[in-house]
Amino acid sequence: MLFFIEVLIGGLLAGVMYSLVALGFVLIYKASGVLNFAQGSMVLFAALSFVSILAMGVPFWLALLLTLAIMVLLGVVIEKVVLRPLVNQPQITLFMATIGLSILIEALGQMIWGSQVHGLDLGINDIPFNFYGVFISQFDLFAAGCAAVLVAGLSLFFHKTKIGRALRAVADDHQAAMSVGIPLKHVWTVVWAAAGFVALVAGLLWGSRLGVQFALTLVVLKALPVLILGGFTSVPGAIVGGLIIGATEKLAEVFIGPYFGGGIENWFPYALALVFLLIRPDGLFGEKHIERV
Amino acid sequence: MIYRETGQYKSNYGADEQIFPIRQDRIGVMIILALAYLVVPFIGNDYWFSAILIPFLVLSLAAIGLNLLTGYAGQLSLGSAGFMAVGAFAAYNFMLRIEGMPFLLGFILAGLSAAAVGIVFGLPSLRVKGFYLAAATLASQFFIEWVLTKFPWFTNYSASGVITAQKMVLFGYAFDTPVSRYVLTLVIVTLLALVAKNLVRTRTGRDWMAIRDMDVAAEVIGIPMLKTKLLAFAISSFYLGVAGALWAYCYLGTVEPQAFELTRSFQLLFIIIIGGMGTIVGAFFGAAFIVFFPIFLNLFTSTVFAGQLDPGMLSHLEQFVFGSLIIFFLIVEPLGLARLWQLGKQKLRLWPFPH
Amino acid sequence: MAESRHLGDIILKIDHISLSFGGIKALVDISFQVRRGEFLAIIGPNGAGKSSMLNVINGVYHPQTGTVTYKGETRHHMPPHRAAELGIGRTFQNIALFKGMTVLDNIKTGRSLKIKPNFLMNAIWFGPARREELEHRRKVEEIIDFLRLEDIRRTPVGMLPYGLQKRVELGRALAAEPDLLLLDEPMAGMNIEEKQAMCRFALDVNDEFGTTVVLIEHDMGVVMDISDRVVVLDYGRKIADGTPDEVRQNPEVIKAYLGVGH
Repeated sequence: MLFFIEVLIGGLLAGVMYSLVALGFVLIYKASGVLNFAQGSMVLFAALSFVSILAMGVPFWLALLLTLAIMVLLGVVIEKVVLRPLVNQPQITLFMATIGLSILIEALGQMIWGSQVHGLDLGINDIPFNFYGVFISQFDLFAAGCAAVLVAGLSLFFHKTKIGRALRAVADDHQAAMSVGIPLKHVWTVVWAAAGFVALVAGLLWGSRLGVQFALTLVVLKALPVLILGGFTSVPGAIVGGLIIGATEKLAEVFIGPYFGGGIENWFPYALALVFLLIRPDGLFGEKHIERV
Repeated sequence: MIYRETGQYKSNYGADEQIFPIRQDRIGVMIILALAYLVVPFIGNDYWFSAILIPFLVLSLAAIGLNLLTGYAGQLSLGSAGFMAVGAFAAYNFMLRIEGMPFLLGFILAGLSAAAVGIVFGLPSLRVKGFYLAAATLASQFFIEWVLTKFPWFTNYSASGVITAQKMVLFGYAFDTPVSRYVLTLVIVTLLALVAKNLVRTRTGRDWMAIRDMDVAAEVIGIPMLKTKLLAFAISSFYLGVAGALWAYCYLGTVEPQAFELTRSFQLLFIIIIGGMGTIVGAFFGAAFIVFFPIFLNLFTSTVFAGQLDPGMLSHLEQFVFGSLIIFFLIVEPLGLARLWQLGKQKLRLWPFPH
Repeated sequence: MAESRHLGDIILKIDHISLSFGGIKALVDISFQVRRGEFLAIIGPNGAGKSSMLNVINGVYHPQTGTVTYKGETRHHMPPHRAAELGIGRTFQNIALFKGMTVLDNIKTGRSLKIKPNFLMNAIWFGPARREELEHRRKVEEIIDFLRLEDIRRTPVGMLPYGLQKRVELGRALAAEPDLLLLDEPMAGMNIEEKQAMCRFALDVNDEFGTTVVLIEHDMGVVMDISDRVVVLDYGRKIADGTPDEVRQNPEVIKAYLGVGH
């Protein structure tokens, strides 16, 4: 039983890491209806930039600020160069454009910063501590804390600031938002900048977990089932979806996996999300929409 | 002045419903086929056959398969390489386990196996659309990869997971030289491309496009959603399955599940985006581009940078240009090279007059 | 002219249909009948539930209560493709053409149900597939001639102006040779000449092919001259049903259109 709880908690905390990536997707999807496949590459780009700047001898906090500036710039450029010209195209076209974007950013990152694997130490001990007999990773707890702060921050931003309210209006209805004088382009720019920031946080946490390397882009594949489960438009959905995926994935891997020779973590979340999808086609928190003809 | 349809009057609908209604197009295709069948086999060398022409043909075939599903029926698939894997390993096992199985029958069975798997993974398309479906096709990609890696029966308990393709013998003739494998591949690809063209210009293809462009209207017209979508998945997977078998048997000779990873699925998607979604000829353009572009880039950089660029940098550069091109095509010409080709012909029709 | 034409038996009977989305009542207890060969107009202000009514008839929406009887078959719910098989054709308020396809292919697709060869025959082309494609091409060309679309048959519909797109959509519906044709605001957004042309086409379909037509329009003027009978909806309720003259004098209709106090 204790072992079960330990696996469960480990899974939930891993799920928080998935949620972090999924959050970036939700931000952009909410505001512009684009499923940004390049989110994973942005995570890699952020982590790569940060460790490379750090390696130049720049102090930690300054490096963080510089990377943030780079990510915001990247987000703004993407919005202007790639997505603005594709406004009103079918969603699938936009999605394919972001797939192109993802390999472009991957290549760009490695062309600028090199492709060797970097370590990233955030100075957090990864020694598990004992909590009534259950071992919990300190690092995972820290990551969960970061995610919580991020979500709280984003919620405040959306609900308390003028730009946040504008953003929610845009998410509801582009046309209507424009007609009441919300500068759509301005809002999109802010969203992409914010997505760059989320990518940075995810990049730092994932980077210090896995090492900063190409494989970081694959976190996008972990985030997709989370999004299916939670719905593409819901911040709470991204969190809850992440937790569910993280927990079931670890439990399945530990308790069911051995019967199949293991290695099921690649497809299991998808299968889970799919089964769920057949029951609720719009996800856990997704908005139901009525098709009009 | 040469490319002009003036004077080619059609007196019946049969003449207008040909694959190439314009005479010059028919002549052009004949010339290309004649070159491919009668000239290339005699002037090409082994390197050209094995490293360029065969992969080009196989990728074209696979891209046609993906294009039927994504370009025509509008169901975005990110798992196409998975179906290639099914084809490759199905062909291997049919020939391994059934004594005297002719390899052509093996290829057909490979296609049918992939089609069956395709139908199963196409089932979610009845409930979910767009991104949700794209994500679901990723599940097929990972699941197939996992099955082929985890169950050694499929690789006949090969320790490395690599399978070696059996010999291909037809009426006592063994296809064991690069040129013979090139001709074999060419025949299969020509035939299947023709079949694909026939499918898309008849009701089957129109129903697919109808679902792609406006599914509610298609349903109101009476097009059966379930049957039409699953048929698209089945036929697309059949093409991918045969392409997978050709990849193993005619191109590499040995193959492992890792040859059909997600990057291959993306590669096929890039081929149809660059070549032209919803066209058959686009698959060939796109495949040619993806095969030849790295070679040109390599030549170009080694001339400009005098070989200074390390291979890692070169592959990043290649990726970078691909990524940019995909975005470029989606923004500027969503119908890809096939559309540019068509526009070029349009201009030629009027040339030398401006209008 | 309305009186001179012979009307047949009842082809469509709407019986106490109610439909709501969440808390919003789109249709409340609607009943009316359509006779074979009739030209019926459903009119009403915006949001009166006209499109919802059509969507119920051909099965896109499922009403909570009530039945639809079509050709003697009574159903609570009929799937859209079944409606098509039974000969119900339809155009849409917001053009729902297949944008990537040519005019010719759009209209051909309208005939899909009548084209029998399966995909294997299509793959081979020679034989049944070719024979049927050519035969149906001839039928499609008749529609193209009828609607005067000859010079644009190879044009992708996405590139056509609005008025022509509406005409192509009519062609696509006609291609199935429907017994009952539902037209959802075929004249919306058109100039007066285009409206007249569209009226002409709709009337010709009704006259020449004997097709029963149910037409939706929010502009009273146009339909009064061409319909045999008019049903008026307002806020999801039927407020009038009769000949154009009867409806024109109905006080409720006047109120709905002009507002109270006039």
